[in-house]
Amino acid sequence: MKSLAELEAIRNRAKGNVTLRKDDHAVRVVVGMATCGIAAGARPVLAAIMDEVAKRNLEHVAVTQTGCIGVCRLEPIVEVMVPGEEKVTYVKVDEKKAAEIVSEHIVNGRIVTKYTIGAAE
Amino acid sequence: MDMVRGHILCCGGTGCTSSGCDAIIKEMEAQLAAHDLEKEFKVIKTGCFGLCALGPIMIVYPEGAFYSRVTPEDVKEIVEEHLVKGRVVKRLLYAETVEEDNIKSLNEVDFYKKQMRVALRNCGVINPEDIEEYIGIDGYQALGKVLTEMKPQEVIDVIKESGLRGRGGGGFPTGMKWQFTYNSQNEQKYVACNADEGDPGAFMDRSILEGDPHAVIEAMAIAGYAVGANQGYIYIRAEYPIAVKRLGIAIAQAREYGLLGKNIFESGFDFDLEIRLGAGAFVCGEETALITSIEGHRGEPRPRPPFPAVAGLWQKPTLLNNVETYANITQIILNGADWFKSIGTEKSKGTKVFALGGKIKNTGLVEVPMGTTLREIVEEIGGGIPNGKKFKAAQTGGPSGGCIPEHLIDTPIDYDSLMAIGSMMGSGGLIVMDEDNCMVDIAKFFLEFTVDESCGKCTPCRVGTKRLYEILEKITSGNGTMEDLDRMEELCYSIKSTALCGLGQTAPNPVLSTLKYFRDEYEAHVRDKVCPAGVCKKLVKYEIVADKCKGCSLCAKKCPVGAITGEIKSPFTIDSEKCVKCGVCMESCKFGAIIKK
Repeated sequence: MKSLAELEAIRNRAKGNVTLRKDDHAVRVVVGMATCGIAAGARPVLAAIMDEVAKRNLEHVAVTQTGCIGVCRLEPIVEVMVPGEEKVTYVKVDEKKAAEIVSEHIVNGRIVTKYTIGAAE
Repeated sequence: MDMVRGHILCCGGTGCTSSGCDAIIKEMEAQLAAHDLEKEFKVIKTGCFGLCALGPIMIVYPEGAFYSRVTPEDVKEIVEEHLVKGRVVKRLLYAETVEEDNIKSLNEVDFYKKQMRVALRNCGVINPEDIEEYIGIDGYQALGKVLTEMKPQEVIDVIKESGLRGRGGGGFPTGMKWQFTYNSQNEQKYVACNADEGDPGAFMDRSILEGDPHAVIEAMAIAGYAVGANQGYIYIRAEYPIAVKRLGIAIAQAREYGLLGKNIFESGFDFDLEIRLGAGAFVCGEETALITSIEGHRGEPRPRPPFPAVAGLWQKPTLLNNVETYANITQIILNGADWFKSIGTEKSKGTKVFALGGKIKNTGLVEVPMGTTLREIVEEIGGGIPNGKKFKAAQTGGPSGGCIPEHLIDTPIDYDSLMAIGSMMGSGGLIVMDEDNCMVDIAKFFLEFTVDESCGKCTPCRVGTKRLYEILEKITSGNGTMEDLDRMEELCYSIKSTALCGLGQTAPNPVLSTLKYFRDEYEAHVRDKVCPAGVCKKLVKYEIVADKCKGCSLCAKKCPVGAITGEIKSPFTIDSEKCVKCGVCMESCKFGAIIKK
């Protein structure tokens, strides 16, 4: 080890690995990953969300999955849960929409109303 | 698609290894491959989570699902339900974590709620065999800070200011020890780590080395810089193969990353470490015996002074600290002495790890702030006594400690209050006893251990503990006299004041404390020739209650010595001359007709 800067570089690289194991994630993003969700393309959506979260260094966000919530026709479904606010359900999400949801809703705090289940119904 | 979306943490401590975690990890890897998930989930073998009673343990993140007592057959279900479909397998969850439909965070579970993990902070969180994970949670930052920003005396001042005391038993102020070693003028000095954890029931040092070996390595390098030593030795029991292996891997990785070796962080400071395996003698945990053993001689203590800080390894000044003490160092450097001082009691700062064992629900490892009461540890964190039995006593400090009776259960636990009630902190073993334990038998158990482990160098310990044991044996066989009790007490005090090292000086503690708090039990053994708890075999008698006996002959068939006779359909009898008091008859009787007196 030559310098503190080198140590810092390794720390930053390894940090993302370890923060996943914290219990104190404030925001939870849940992707429906049942058969219906996967068939509709939930996997690339999940990947896009994780990618965006990692790129923006959002350590307080946990990306998890869930089963079928019953509205299979609207899959892929993504739910965003921010403490103290009502859960927001996004439907028919694709990779592009997913990235937008992360940047708009989670970072800027503006719900992307046009993708929500309310707008689709 | 190469993205890790979840981590599967499996405990790889000694407890879970013996309950089969390796088979589970293998099955998990096979199942992940079968479902094409091996790139999405990372399987990590960590150190001990502390809740050994429920092992093998598996935690799946980011959900934080805490699966307990997992078997290889359960793994398929976890993969198919939880990992593929996102449905947590509720039946395998640790029951305490399930609350209605939610999974409670681990920190809210009773077992963890009152805990504060400083020394154990990374155990069960990181992969101990991967230095990058340790660096990822601020590992080696403290060493970097010390080498680039602080002078040795400043480091020592921080440790002194923090109030940290030795976690190996005695509770000597750590900063003072560092100062003494620093003050000793010599070209060659050493630092050493005492990982010869010998107290029956204590396993915190093993868990730290298994779960977070770099914390100890980093702290030893800091200590080396502070006292002016560039060589360190870790003296560890050969009976800890997993810890030895992981420590070896960690040292090799630290060398590879330049965190051990020459010119660390270009500061001009060199430091390296070597492992020395102990040969299994309890006395080698005593500092002078440990030093003698590292030098390659038979592990025997020698009189102090000179203390190791003046003349230790090869007569050079040596700093010797315990594993758990070292595990606190990096946190004190990073968070400051004031942070550390804010935890604990007036004279005992910080936290202490206890190994909970005996008659308690949550057998395992817990870390609490100093000053937590015994009641909180036993009833809240430990989950109380199983089978509705009543708490009788807790034994702390292993063979050097004493028993704390029920009326003192609200004692806040720290070095001084334990001393005041005739026990000691020791390394932190905490064995809980219920009404089925005989206190005389407990004292005898610990004495038997010290008799075995006495190195034989000094007479008070070699002969004294043996005589003490013989008197205890006499009492438990029903041949004791009241004079024996007085003689025993006198003998205890002479051993305490004349033995050469800590082993002998503390060996009588289990006898003295039980004699103090449970004298009535001793008197029952001597005067009435009964063992109130029904443990001491020679004082126990099994009898068949004629009214309840149906004459089925089952007990007679089970009796290994043929002590039970009788005619079918009429009451049987036990010949107490032949009876070996094994209790098989009582267990086998379907009518509860056999009683123990």
